[in-house]
Amino acid sequence: MSLVYPKESLSAYPKHLSPGYKSTIKRSPSKPLIIVPHTLSELTGPAYGHDAIQENDNDLTKQHKGEPLGERIIVHGHILDEDKRPLPNVLVELWQANSCGRYVHIVDQHPAPLDPNFTGAGRTVTDKEGYYRFITVKPGAYPWGNHKNAWRPNHIHFSFFGHSFLSRLVTQMYFPGDYLFPYDPIFNSVTDEKARQRIVATFDLENTIPDWALCFRFDVVLRGREQTPMEH
Amino acid sequence: MTKFKDQNIEVGITPSQTVGPFFAYGLTPKGRCEWDPNGQYSWKETIGDNLITPDASGDRIRVEGTVYDGDGVPVNDAMIEIWQADSQGRYAHPRDGKALPNATFKGFGRSATDKNGVYGFETIKPGAVAGPNGKMQAPHIVVCVFSRGMLRQIYTRLYFAGEAANAADPILNLVPADRRGTLIAAKESKGGQTVYRFDIRVQGGNETVFFDI
Repeated sequence: MSLVYPKESLSAYPKHLSPGYKSTIKRSPSKPLIIVPHTLSELTGPAYGHDAIQENDNDLTKQHKGEPLGERIIVHGHILDEDKRPLPNVLVELWQANSCGRYVHIVDQHPAPLDPNFTGAGRTVTDKEGYYRFITVKPGAYPWGNHKNAWRPNHIHFSFFGHSFLSRLVTQMYFPGDYLFPYDPIFNSVTDEKARQRIVATFDLENTIPDWALCFRFDVVLRGREQTPMEH
Repeated sequence: MTKFKDQNIEVGITPSQTVGPFFAYGLTPKGRCEWDPNGQYSWKETIGDNLITPDASGDRIRVEGTVYDGDGVPVNDAMIEIWQADSQGRYAHPRDGKALPNATFKGFGRSATDKNGVYGFETIKPGAVAGPNGKMQAPHIVVCVFSRGMLRQIYTRLYFAGEAANAADPILNLVPADRRGTLIAAKESKGGQTVYRFDIRVQGGNETVFFDI
């Protein structure tokens, strides 16, 4: 299998400089990025197995003595490459605010309570079909200092590994129909409407567990596809 | 349970979003961001800043540097990931078909910057690896930077000061000569340990070279 990583696929990404999100102004490269070929150093990448994962790492409601407050939810999906081939045995990590919109981080001091039964960090490894599943609570919206009356839409941070170091992805998963979408410069940094919808989970009634938890599906496509004969 | 639902998958890759300021308790729990105000949350580290495994051969080194923003202010909430070959130039990945005596050396590490914007890794100096058109590449480490204010990761490379192979490296030679120095880590000695200093300037006059890959 000889995989390639066409750069055109990155057209869906936000630009490094997106002035609506103010922190990008001093944290984006100002000189042109240097175009170089993909060598073995880029075409390989870290691989992690099940040994890194502990029981309940993928169930954020079972990491403490009691259950966290908030709406219990299931978040699941498939990790695929650009050929829609499932990516088995890859590490998926997530972190999020609690149901009140507060992170367990010393920098987050906004006046919402911490939940002694919720850290907000999870991880898992995909199965042989490239499938992952988490149980957590729905994170709350929270204010931030980007502009007057700025609030982040509800979101869960995700980190993924794929075929190579070029497939590495850190992103955020949003919830369908969020009323804060039009006002959020981070979400809207993805300017293409169709691409933007790919970071919004779909509500999954079929896999919602009656009397227990709503379910959301978040399928993810990482860089990497087979080389076609034309490209040889 | 219905697991697979291909019709929901749009054509195209999933876009990147910023890692934000609050990743440390999830991704770098033993990193140097203070995140645990009550001291009650424990979380085992999956990927850390020490790449050295018991079976790893080669020169032990420390890689260290400060990340700066466009105003020259240290970035205290960045996450640096590195990917490298072992001391004999082999990557722990199926695409590199060579035998692996350093069987447990993964070559992957992660470090959060501290309040002074400093990151650091304990690792092994990598060997030369194959490059394009049958040429060899000088020893180097692929470096990936994530941070609040970065909507997508930026990639650069760390090369080692004093390496004769740098002059013929096919990637370094694609970089304008006056900017190549930003990719060369300076060799220092700290308490008997070899330290390669690799500061990352995200923007500005002496901006680090980043790659469009």
